Amino acid sequence: MSWDKIPTSIIGVKTAPEKGEAKPPRLITYRQAILEGLTTALKKDKRVFLFGEGVDDPGGVFGTTLNLHKKFGKNRSFDTPIAENTLTGLGIGAALGGLRPILVHARTDFMLTGMDQLINHAAKWKYMSGGKFSVPLVIRAIIGGGWGSASQHSQPLQALFAHTPGLKVVMPATASDAKGLLLASIAEDCPVVFIEHRWLYDRKGPVSKNPYVVPLGKGIIRKKGKDLTIAASSFMVPLSLEAADIAAKEKIDVEVIDLRTIKPLDYNLIQKSLEKTNRLVVADTGWKMCGISAEISALAANKAFGYLKAPIARVALCDAPTPASPALEKAFYPSSKDLVEAIRKIYRYGRKK
Amino acid sequence: MSKLQLKNLKPASLKKIYQGLIKIRKFEEKIVSLYPQQQIRTPVHLYIGQEAIAVGVCLNLRKRDYLFSNHRNHGHLIAKGARLESMLAELHGRIGGCSKGKGGSMHMTSQNAGVFGTSAIVAGNIPIALGCAFASKFKKDNRISVVFFGDGAVDEGTFYECLNFAALKKLPIVFICENNFYATNSPQKVRQVNTDIYQIAKHFKMPGVCVDGNDVFEILKFSAEAIERARKNKGPTLIEARTFRWKTHVGPESDIQKGLRSEKEIWPWKKKCPIKKFVQYVTKNKLLSKNDLDKIDKKVNAQLQRALKTALKSSYPKKTDLKKNVY
Ligand SMILES: Cc1ncc(C[n+]2csc(CCOP(=O)(O)OP(=O)(O)O)c2C)c(N)n1
Ligand SMILES: [Mg+2]
Repeated sequence: MSWDKIPTSIIGVKTAPEKGEAKPPRLITYRQAILEGLTTALKKDKRVFLFGEGVDDPGGVFGTTLNLHKKFGKNRSFDTPIAENTLTGLGIGAALGGLRPILVHARTDFMLTGMDQLINHAAKWKYMSGGKFSVPLVIRAIIGGGWGSASQHSQPLQALFAHTPGLKVVMPATASDAKGLLLASIAEDCPVVFIEHRWLYDRKGPVSKNPYVVPLGKGIIRKKGKDLTIAASSFMVPLSLEAADIAAKEKIDVEVIDLRTIKPLDYNLIQKSLEKTNRLVVADTGWKMCGISAEISALAANKAFGYLKAPIARVALCDAPTPASPALEKAFYPSSKDLVEAIRKIYRYGRKK
Repeated sequence: MSKLQLKNLKPASLKKIYQGLIKIRKFEEKIVSLYPQQQIRTPVHLYIGQEAIAVGVCLNLRKRDYLFSNHRNHGHLIAKGARLESMLAELHGRIGGCSKGKGGSMHMTSQNAGVFGTSAIVAGNIPIALGCAFASKFKKDNRISVVFFGDGAVDEGTFYECLNFAALKKLPIVFICENNFYATNSPQKVRQVNTDIYQIAKHFKMPGVCVDGNDVFEILKFSAEAIERARKNKGPTLIEARTFRWKTHVGPESDIQKGLRSEKEIWPWKKKCPIKKFVQYVTKNKLLSKNDLDKIDKKVNAQLQRALKTALKSSYPKKTDLKKNVY
């Protein structure tokens, strides 16, 4: 399907190495890892159910929900009317009624018609009731454009969600995290927006067969380095690793942090890294303006001011909607080249040539 | 008064009905009298004039059934059995309030009475009630969901989406539209092309009934049918209950005071007061005596007085409570 075709210049990057894997690990794709996580949750917890537009169709939402309705029955995994706001409310009510709903949106853009239930209701329900009623609802939101997806089928809206008190925002970058963070999100007692990146779907990584959780709010160092820190998430993680490899050839030793979750944000990990490297590049799949990179830059400017030896650089989207033309897409999406340029600039700042 | 069969209603039930009606009326009137002191610092949407709907419906519900309400929620909660003192504490912004002072008048809760949170976004409660009904069907726990909303909610798209989904999945839910002909100051007829809301049900292949919202007996009967239908897994019902709000949209004043609606418009509805109607009927037919009613009045007055005293003993939340209960 043409939708799935993504410029190989973008996905042709290496798989992030997983730490602590001893014997030859089992390699599966990010999309298989999601499917495996969902299968585990449905199997282990009778309260879990999955719903959304097209969850039982032959494509299975990019293959992430494939055949779950056959395995678990149409009560546990079902197709729905195209009514996103109502579906979100349905998820809230089902959660209040003691279930563990997982709502899937094949595009994050479609969630925008459900913002009333997400922001006015799901996010506020616990607070408004003085803590009496929690809403354990997971909303899978899929981002990433390409192939002319254009402005309404590609939007990375993590900042919008993270801006709202009461929502947690998860952005896995590896197959292993996709499964572990998904299971952790399902176990949370609050609404979680679980953001998957389509350009990661085909990337393989070592994934343990057993069920496991990766706790929310704990970032991870994907590559150790001493000269400069990149704080990245989602698809920007493999891009950053690729950029770090290129920088290494220029004797710049980059540390790459994978935030894993945007909210809660593991700022401490960034802080510790900055105390060592003194230089920061923030890489985000979303827009710069009022975005995640702005938030992290503000935190670093405030908490690591004394450690910083260079301005903070941001690699994120410019203030334009997503274009369709391949020529414009190329200009729109940051590449590892953009990251390398930012690395060089920040690394060289204040150093004698 | 409706010509319904009331043979089954014993004096004890009639007393219960009266107590329900008068409890809501007095609770709301208490707010009216307290409001000028400015200790209730939360926008109040009063239910005076609409009491029969909440009372009639809730008498047919079980404690475990879910009830979802809206900005005008006090009557629904009281009728479902929420505790007056925690509602009054909530109105006063106290930590002992039913939502720990974080919800105020528009976000009342009662775990005991099955009110698992309240939305003040018009129609926002409907899909959530739908979700609880879905959970009941999923778990086969024999609970049903009832959701109250105004004619204003019928302007919103989610209302139709919910009717569709409920009918599609045969969910155990009863939709109750309290049509008081206004959304804030906007009359129904300037907002809706078909003002017969109950007719919308037909498109979704579910029963739709129109009832006199000021006649508690009529509400009792028709809601009993809808609730039984839901309980027996036969699917949803839409009830349109026509009524009138006596006070202004928000606050303790009247619309006449504010020059928003005329005496001429409100007066006929005051004559059809749901409580007066009930009292006339039961006294004329010698079903309850004046003494019976007086006793209940006194009992409710005392209850309300006690509840207010208890509520005011509760302290304000602490600064450290601000960031609690977010996640
Ligand atoms: C989505 C939304 N839009 C507007 C409002 C402002 N508002 C509060 S109550 C109300 C009128 C509601 O009318 P109705 O549903 O008929 O209930 P009533 O007040 O008559 O009981 C409006 C427009 C709101 N709370 N939510
Ligand atoms: Mg109205």
